[in-house]
Order: sequence, then structure tokens, then C-alpha cells
Amino acid sequence: MSSNVRKRPRMNRFMVGRVLPYIILSFIALLFLLPMLWLVLASFDGAATLALKVPDEVTLSNYTSTLASSDNQRSFGNGLLLALGQALLVVAAAGLASYPLSRYQLRYKRPFMYVILFATGLPITAVMVPVYQFFLYMQIQDSLFFTILFLAASALPYSIWMMKNFMDSVPLELEEAAWVDGASIWTTLRLVVAPLMLPGIFTVGIFAFAGSWGNFLVPFILLQSPQKLPAAVTIYQYFGQNGIVQYGKLAAFSIIYTIPAVALYVFGQRFMSQGFSFGGANKG
Amino acid sequence: MEAINSRFPKAKRKGNGSEQWRAALFLSPSWLLLLLFFFVPAVLTFYFAFTNMALTGAAAANTQFVGFQNFTNMFQDATFRTSVGNTIVFLIFSAVVGQQVMGFLIAFLMNGRNRVFRSVVGSIVISGWVAPEVVCAFVWFAFLNDTGTANAFIQGIGFEPIAWLYTFPMVSVIVANVWHGTAFSMMVFQAALGDVPKEVEEAAMIDGASAWQRLIRITIPMISGSVVTNMVLVTLQTLGSFTLIYALTGGGPGNATETLPIYMYHQAFVNYQLGYGTAISLVLLLIGIVASLLYMKLLKVKL
Repeated sequence: MSSNVRKRPRMNRFMVGRVLPYIILSFIALLFLLPMLWLVLASFDGAATLALKVPDEVTLSNYTSTLASSDNQRSFGNGLLLALGQALLVVAAAGLASYPLSRYQLRYKRPFMYVILFATGLPITAVMVPVYQFFLYMQIQDSLFFTILFLAASALPYSIWMMKNFMDSVPLELEEAAWVDGASIWTTLRLVVAPLMLPGIFTVGIFAFAGSWGNFLVPFILLQSPQKLPAAVTIYQYFGQNGIVQYGKLAAFSIIYTIPAVALYVFGQRFMSQGFSFGGANKG
Repeated sequence: MEAINSRFPKAKRKGNGSEQWRAALFLSPSWLLLLLFFFVPAVLTFYFAFTNMALTGAAAANTQFVGFQNFTNMFQDATFRTSVGNTIVFLIFSAVVGQQVMGFLIAFLMNGRNRVFRSVVGSIVISGWVAPEVVCAFVWFAFLNDTGTANAFIQGIGFEPIAWLYTFPMVSVIVANVWHGTAFSMMVFQAALGDVPKEVEEAAMIDGASAWQRLIRITIPMISGSVVTNMVLVTLQTLGSFTLIYALTGGGPGNATETLPIYMYHQAFVNYQLGYGTAISLVLLLIGIVASLLYMKLLKVKL
């Protein structure tokens, strides 16, 4: 009897313990969702305000007019140029650097990797003023090309670090087999190592691309001409200049600008989970 | 050396000399980029911080070495002191407390729940992290605006609307930054909690430990390594945080949200005092260097 009486509150507490996390999490998720939900709904609303509301009439006009504007096309183009140029440069430089760092015995390897790891942690914000002075002195400010070089340099520390870890996980045995078969170092790199490194190359490339696509501070400081500014700075100018803003259009602009970042994240997830799974080749 | 060389087939073993040359060749593009665009500016910080370099005025034509003057000015500069205070408040409440506690709470509550539910909640939280910072600023600018969603809700339940960005500017940027950054901590803690062996918790449960005791005595100590590493990483990220605050409040109203990066920007690019601006960024850089060294020590990397 007494055990029956005791069981009931325990069951209740058990139920509360099961349901409560779902309630709390749903509430947190709702709080996280609301600001973003406004952006999505406003982008489909021809008469969007700043408050969350379901559009009276769902329209794509915000998107079509945003994409039709040649100014917007150029700012997306600039962003793409910066991000793509930087990502390709980073992948090439970090890929090359990771090979000797992973395969050879170098006296300066340990200090080099420590410096790289150290640089990974430094906030880029802290060097932007001297970087600007340096660019001014060299008369290379307001140049997309040199902005790409700087973005690449700032992404290199963590890219080299990641790329070396990926390279470490590519078994040496496959390369040795290729050498035995008479392949040169370059052929081996191209035909054996590079294909095995693809997940690493994609992960580093995606990280780098997403980093500079979303970067505001670097182009904001290093570029001045309106026709060179990327999407990140354009958005800021649209809502920072306190003019009459068409919020629906700006929301559509923001969504178009956010989509590549989201797509790359989803795409990148695949590679990151596959990243370190060639262990099988070791056992051959 | 012998051990490494013996792993290479004799016929294809390259001499150590050519190996060193090839290494130098492969490393040179990275070296060049890092040297020119990363280390030179970092070193220049130490030089420029001791000059009176300016973009306008007398000092523009004639930049001079001024010793520690920028730093003595700094200590008498009330705005600098305010911005240090703001940076500390922003760091503590947005990074150390906000993102970590929120990230842990979500990860902890998600542990072992329904998979679909977990991925929906996770995706929502991550959406604020994946979105570029400028977009986050715009989204929060709208949410907290006089006619925004927050006020629409408040008026809906019968209260007066609040000018959030003017009345509670620091709280506003902290909330926005927690919203933006929590996903990172959440993912770190999800991975850490996934590694806590179920047996230990079950054993404690059988021994009669309450859920709270299990959390405090077992779960948190077992993931303490991740907590500390995450704390340093989030601190480093937040320390350099510029875009969100700048786009949302511009450091204002007054200088209520003027953190060190914002103050650095204002001095260097609005007041054109590049020397003083660099001195401020040197302070930022030094804090970053300490945190970064701490991070390396915590990781205990073996190279």
C-alpha cells in the first residue's frame, strides 16, 4: 500500500522532468526565431513595417526589384569577387604549406605552428588601424586586389592549421605506393594527395569564403569607392543612413545576402563529418 | 631523422637538402602573405602607437615620435575609461555569461531529446549564428525599433512602447550578441556532453543523486575542459566584436555602448588621430595576446 502512495508523486516528477525541457526549449527557440522570422516575412511583404506581421499579400516584388538594381548586382558581385578570390588564394597557399608541415622534418616546424596557432586567436579588429596606415603608405588602399590579399592573410592561420590536420590524416602509405610506381612528387600531389584532401580543401575553402563574404569591417576600412563596396557594406549604408528605408526591399537584400552563408554551412557540414574518415586506407 | 627517412623507399628518397628546399618553396606563398599583411601591421602597431600620426592638422604633415604620450593621454581620457568599462561589461554579460550559459542550457536540455525536435531547435539557434553580422544588426535594429516587434508585443499586452536602443543600449547590444553567438557555445557543449559516458550518470542515479546533483557534481566537472576552452575562444571573438555594435548603435547614445574597438575606430577614422587610435588598438592587441597565449596553453597541443 505505502509503496503505491509513494509511487504517484514520483511518476509526476518523472513526467515533469520529461516535459519541462521541451517547454523551456520551445520557449527559447521561439525567442531565437522571432527576430529572424520578421526578416523572412518582411521580405515577401510589399508593405513591410518593422513589426512582425504576416503579409497581406505575398509578393516576390522585393526580390525582383532588389536583383534588378544594377547597384545591388555590383555590390553582390564585389562581395563574390572578394570572397571567391580570397578562398582560392587561401586554399592554394594553405594547401601547399600543409604538405611540408605534415610530411617533412623541419627545424622550424614547431615554432611555425605555434606562431600560426597564436595568430589564430588574435582579433583582426586590433590590427585594422595599422593595416590601414600601411595600405595608405603603400598607396594600395581602395583596391579590391589588395583587400583580397589582406583577407587571405587574415584567414591563413586557421586555414593552415586545419589543412595540416587534414593532411596528417591522409595516410603516407598511398603516396609511397605511388612513388614506388615511379610517380614524381608533383604527380603524386596532384593525383593521389589532392583527391584525398578534397574534404579538407572544401572545408577550408568554405570557412574562408563564408568568413570574407560576411566580413564588414575589412572592406569598410580598406575600400572607399562606392562602386567597389561589397554587399556587407551596402546593407549597412541602406539602414545606417537613416533615410526613408523600404524595409521589405532591405529584408529581401539581406536574405539574398544570407543565403550563400547558409548554403555553405549546410554543404560544409557534410565535409566536416567526413573529414577524418580515411583511416581505412591505413590497414591495407 | 633516420626513422623518417627509412619510411621512404630508397629509390625515391629525396636528399634532405632538396626536401628543405621544397618545404621552403611550398611555404613561401603563406610566409609572404602572413609577413606582409599580418605580422608587419602587428609590428607597426607597436611603432605607430608611439607617434602622433594624424590624417589632418599639423601632425599629418609632420609625424613625430611622442613616446608614451598617447598612453598618458589615455589614462586621463574619460571616454577611454568608459570604453574599457563598456568592453568589460560587454565581455562578461555577452560572452562569458550570456553565450556560455545559454549555450550550455540549450545543449544540456537537448541531450537525449527527440531527434526531430532537437534538429529544429538547433537549426533555429544556428540560423542566428550563420547569418552575417550586418544582417544580425539589421534584424535587431528592426526588432528593437520604436515600431518594431518587441514594442508591438509590449503594446499588445497593454504597456507603453520603449525606445530600447536609447533606454537600454548596452542590454540591447548584449542580447543581440548573445542571439548571434550562442550557437557556437551550444555546438561545443553538445559535442562535450555527447562524450560524457552514460554509465557514470546512471551509476549516480542509482546511488540516488538528484538531477541537480548529477549536473553540478558529475556533468559540469566532466566537461570543464570544454567550458574553459570555449570561454577563451568566445572571449577572443567578442573582444574584437565591432560590426554588430557599430551597425546597431554606433557606440551611442552618447558613448553608452562605446567599446574599445568602436572607440579605436572613432579616434582613428572619425577624429583622424591615427596614432592615438593605434595606441588603443595596441591595448586591444595586448589583451588578445594574453587570451591567445592562454588558449594555446589550455589546448596543450602536441606538435
